[in-house]
Order: sequence, then structure tokens, then C-alpha cells
Amino acid sequence: MKKLTKLTSVVLSAMLAVSMLAGCGDTASTSAPAANSTDNSAEASAPAASGDAKTFKIGAIGPFTGDAAIYGLAVKNGADIAVKEINLAGGINGYQIEYNSQDDELDNEKSVNAYNALKDWGMQVLVGSTTSGCSIAVSAESSADNMFQLTPSGSAADCIATDNAFQVCFNDPNQGVASAQYIGTTGLATKVAVIYNSQDPYSSGIYAKFAKEAENQPFEIVSAEAFTSDSKTDFSVQLQKANDKGAELVFLPIYYQEASLILTQASSAGYSFKFFGCDGLDGILGVDNFNKDLAEGVMLLTPFAADATDERTQAFVKNYQSNYGEIPNQFAADAYDAVYIIKAAIEAAGATPDMSVSDLCDAMKAQMSQISVDGLTGLSMTWDAQGAVNKAPKAMEIKNGEYSLIQ
Amino acid sequence: MAFLSYLINGISLGAVYAIIALGYTMVYGIAKMLNFAHGDVIMVGCYTVFSVVSMMHLPVWLGILLSIVVCTVLGVTIEAVAYRPLRQASSSLTVLITAIGVSYLLQNLALLIFGANTKAFTSVVPIKAVKIGDKLTITGETIVTVLACIIIMIVLTLFVNRTKAGRAMLAVSEDKGAAQLMGINVNRTISLTFAIGSALAAVAGVLLCSAYPSLTPYTGSMPGIKAFVAAVFGGIGSIPGAFIGGIILGIIENLSKAYISSQLADAIVFMVLIIVLMVKPTGILGKKIQEKV
Repeated sequence: MKKLTKLTSVVLSAMLAVSMLAGCGDTASTSAPAANSTDNSAEASAPAASGDAKTFKIGAIGPFTGDAAIYGLAVKNGADIAVKEINLAGGINGYQIEYNSQDDELDNEKSVNAYNALKDWGMQVLVGSTTSGCSIAVSAESSADNMFQLTPSGSAADCIATDNAFQVCFNDPNQGVASAQYIGTTGLATKVAVIYNSQDPYSSGIYAKFAKEAENQPFEIVSAEAFTSDSKTDFSVQLQKANDKGAELVFLPIYYQEASLILTQASSAGYSFKFFGCDGLDGILGVDNFNKDLAEGVMLLTPFAADATDERTQAFVKNYQSNYGEIPNQFAADAYDAVYIIKAAIEAAGATPDMSVSDLCDAMKAQMSQISVDGLTGLSMTWDAQGAVNKAPKAMEIKNGEYSLIQ
Repeated sequence: MAFLSYLINGISLGAVYAIIALGYTMVYGIAKMLNFAHGDVIMVGCYTVFSVVSMMHLPVWLGILLSIVVCTVLGVTIEAVAYRPLRQASSSLTVLITAIGVSYLLQNLALLIFGANTKAFTSVVPIKAVKIGDKLTITGETIVTVLACIIIMIVLTLFVNRTKAGRAMLAVSEDKGAAQLMGINVNRTISLTFAIGSALAAVAGVLLCSAYPSLTPYTGSMPGIKAFVAAVFGGIGSIPGAFIGGIILGIIENLSKAYISSQLADAIVFMVLIIVLMVKPTGILGKKIQEKV
């Protein structure tokens, strides 16, 4: 027994040592290139040369592991690409950007921990959090610090409740309204069923606005069924109700994990609905071992299409693919845009890295309602006083196992 | 017709709960402990089938067989390593907490090995859905699940009542000390119980993931809790009780989703549990135990 304890303690301490090393390695690898490029810029640009290597420190938070890892990793990588591009092109106002990202595992509390970790690192501007719940949790902290917060993909209306927080993506009410209008104007269906997660502010928020807008549209909601996070595996009842009420289209304002189950169960029960969703469905083709045939014809409203033909999108997709080996989704594009929006706001404000976090935030806030940014997720994006973005949605359809833009 | 369809889906869901509940109830009946890691053994079974069938592309029967073997070995090992040394412990709470610890251990191991991303499980049931009339469809998974549940239940009842090992279980469940005096190897009997319970967990896992094909390290935890409720509902320790409890729970859950509110279904399920326990504290088929002071 004594031997065993000894062994365990050796193993445990070894693990601890390894994890510490891994931690060091990470920070070293993220900061090293930035530090190098800082030196370059110090020679190149006058303002930076006068002070000692000053940089803008941008932090990102998202779930890099866990249920929504597809989103978090996309945000991390998308922002990284933008930071590298900007640094190569000479930085913001001549100052280089340092970039760091932290995992929150889709947990509100861990997201706040990640925020504090980034703050200790010296973060001045936050890209995050990736998801709505975490974003709201972090905004409580960031508003106390008056730190500029730009969530790439936290779409709940409450994400921007504090005046230091802004969104890159559509907020949920907008997604609900836009979905209803799209279904109505294109005449996709006259009888629509909805399946939503009543426990999730993202899902129930979209549903509420969708239902309201549906009253003005030439279709009828024949069944609206909820599920909760504790019972998100069995959808037989919800699907059967939709079928019994004669629905032609099922609206899914939910995340892709549950949607993949719904598609599988609908197919095994022999129902043939059209499916329509929002940006939460983005990622469904990335589920391990998922039968992509089931997603054929699924439509979603999302502001980014990897197969768009404009030069910037193609360059981004190519860059992302060569670095991370996969086609970027909307979240990657949102994060990429987020960094460029921050750049635009800082440039418009003429801010410098030696300003305090709070002064920097005030300067950027004042510019947010003035600037207009052309991004991958929308041209001439503008922001209203609340911090919500204004841009045109794009509808996509899954064809031959890929997302493609509906013209 | 719609009602019939809801009912059938409810029975199918309930049959999965029943198979899981059998594992809970046997272990409780014999070892007098709540094995909260049972739900996670299910998850291990699912990942085994997933690895063998979807990742290595080996035949389905081999996957199921391996999953049963892995779960059985896992169950017996957990019992020997984590529970047996604590069996003589003064408080039964110790074992309960250990079980919760084992549950987290298994979840986090799966998280480490397979990652947190949802895996789509390919159904191992080759039977196509049966259509009766226009409105009624019975999926192949439903048919197999219900049949499997009935067969398991009958075999288990026969085993417990007719075989030597089964009777040893009954004896141990009634009085551990007396059984030992009669020459029954208590440790071996409890190991056997864990082996059977875990093998059932493997079967339940395969059926669960075939019907609801998404696999994460937490796949087993919610069905595990519901099945525990089913076991208590039917009378914990009673094999037919677990069966009845599971089926009733599944039906209540589905019908309340269909006719009352899809949002309140879980609340209703647990409310029914509370009412049943208030009227009949030992569950539907539970034996009334008189404690002698």
C-alpha cells in the first residue's frame, strides 16, 4: 500500500510538472512571434520606436473543448489569422498586436476565470466570449472594469446589455425576425413547426421573435414544441406532433448537436420535412460520424459563406485551410471581423497602447456608432447605440455535403 | 392513432430505462448500495461499440460482444477496487460518495480519450421502420428495445429463482451474515451481481444510442438518473419492479410531453415519483421491511 501511495505521488507530481511545462510552452509560443514582430515594427514605425516595445493586447475567450468546441476553436483561429495579417501589414496605428486566448469549456464560471486570467496577462480589448451565456457572464465583469468587449458570436440580446459590449453577429431577435421574413417572402412553406430549447436563452430568444414576426407573414406556426437540456435526446414526440399537424417545414433555432439527432430521428421515423435553422446549425457537417445525407437540403441563415467568390473571403478560406486543415465556419469569420472592427475603432479614435483599459474603452465606444466596417460577414457593418450590428443576412443550403449560398 | 404512437414511443423509452434500472436494482438488492457509476458504465459500453463498429469498421455483433465484455470487466473491477474495501465501512455514505467519484472518473477518462465533441452513433439495429396505416410508424429500434427488455427480464427472473447462483443472490440480499454462515461466498456473489448489472448496462447502452444516436462522455448520466428513479418507483431491489417502473416512467414522460407540455415533462415525471413515494414509500412492488430494534 505504501509503495502504491509512493507511486501515485510520483505519477501525480510528474503530471503536474508536465502540465506546467505545457502551460509555459503555450504562452511562450504565443508571445514569441509577437515579440519578434514588435522589434521589427519598432524599427519600421516612429511612434513605437520612441517608447519601449508597446503593443495592443487582445484576448479571446471561447470553448476550445467541450460541447461547443467547434465554435470556440473557430473563433480562436479566425482571430489569430486576423491578428497575424494586421501585424504583417504594420499593426494598428503602427503598434503590433499581442494575442492570447483562453478556454471556457462553455461554462459561465470558467469564462469569468478565463477573463481574469487574460486580465492578469494584460489584456486591453476582449474578443469574446464565443457563446451567449458566457458572454453575458463575462460582460458583468468587463463592464465593472470598463474594458472594451466585442463578442464575435454571442447572439443573445443581453450580451450587449452593458455599454462596453458590442456584437459582430446578429442578435437573437434579429435572427428570429429575419428567419420568419425569409420563410415568408420565399414561400418555403405555409405550415411551420418549431422545435426549440426552452432552457437556452439563444434558442428561446429566437423563437419568441420568430413567433411574433410570423403573425405578419403568410405562413402559420402549427406546432411549437420545447425541450430542455436535461431531455435533449428523444425528439419523437416533438417530431410526431409536427407531422400530425401537417407541417411542411420545421424551424430549428437550436445548436447543431440536437439538430443532428432531430434529423436522424425524423429520417428513421420516415418523416420528410424541410429544415430551416439559424447560425447554431453551422457546424452540423462537422459532427463525427454524422450521416451527411440527412442534412441534404437543410437551410440556414448565417452571414458567412465559405464558397463566396469575393477575393477577401477566398483569401481567408485559403489561409484558414492551410493553417488549420478545415473550411472555416461563420464563427471563424465573425472572430476575424471582430479583430478588424477593433482595429477600425482604435484607428478612428487614434488610440495608443499606453492608454488605460478604461480610457481605451471610452475612446473606442465613442467611435463604434460612427464607423462602418467591410467584413467577411457583411459589407458596411454599422452599430446602433445599444451595440447591435446592422448587416444583411445570407441564406445557405447544404448541398452535396457542403454549405452553399442560395443566390 | 396519434395516442398509440406516443404510447409506443413511451414504451420504447421506458424499456431502455427498465434495462438500466435492472442494473441499479440488482446491485441495491444484493449489495445494499447505490451504484451511481452505473450510468457511466453505459457510456463506456457505447464508446466501445462506437470504436469497434464506426472507427474500426468491424462487424456489429463483435462490437456488442466486446462492449458486454468490457463493461462486465469494468463493473467487476470497480466493485473490487472501489467498493469492496469499503463494504465494512461504518457508514454506507462512504460507498455512495465513492460511487459518485467513480462516476466522475469514468466521465473524465472518456473526455480525455474521446474528446468532448458529440459523436453520431450509427444504429446497430438493421430492422427498418414498420408502417401501420398512415400515421403509425414503429421504428426498428423500438421493436428491438422492447423485445430485448422483455427477454432480459424473463431470463433474469428465471436465473435468480431457479439457479444456484441466483438463489445465493437472494440469500445474500436477505441476510449477508446468515448467507455466509450457510457457506455462500458473499464476495463472489456480489461480484457476479456487478458482472450481470454491467453486462446489462452494455446492452442498454447499445439500445439507448441506437434509438438516440448521439454520444458524449455525459450520455449515460441523465438516463442513469431517470433509470434510478424508475428503480425507486417500481420498488428498489425488485426485478419486476424495475421493469414496471421503467415502462411507466417512459410512458408518463412521453404522454406528458405530448398532451401537457414538452417543457414540463421532467417536472411531471418527478412529481409522480414524489406522489407514489408518499403513498407507498417502498415503491410499487417494494417489500415492506420491518426493522427489528
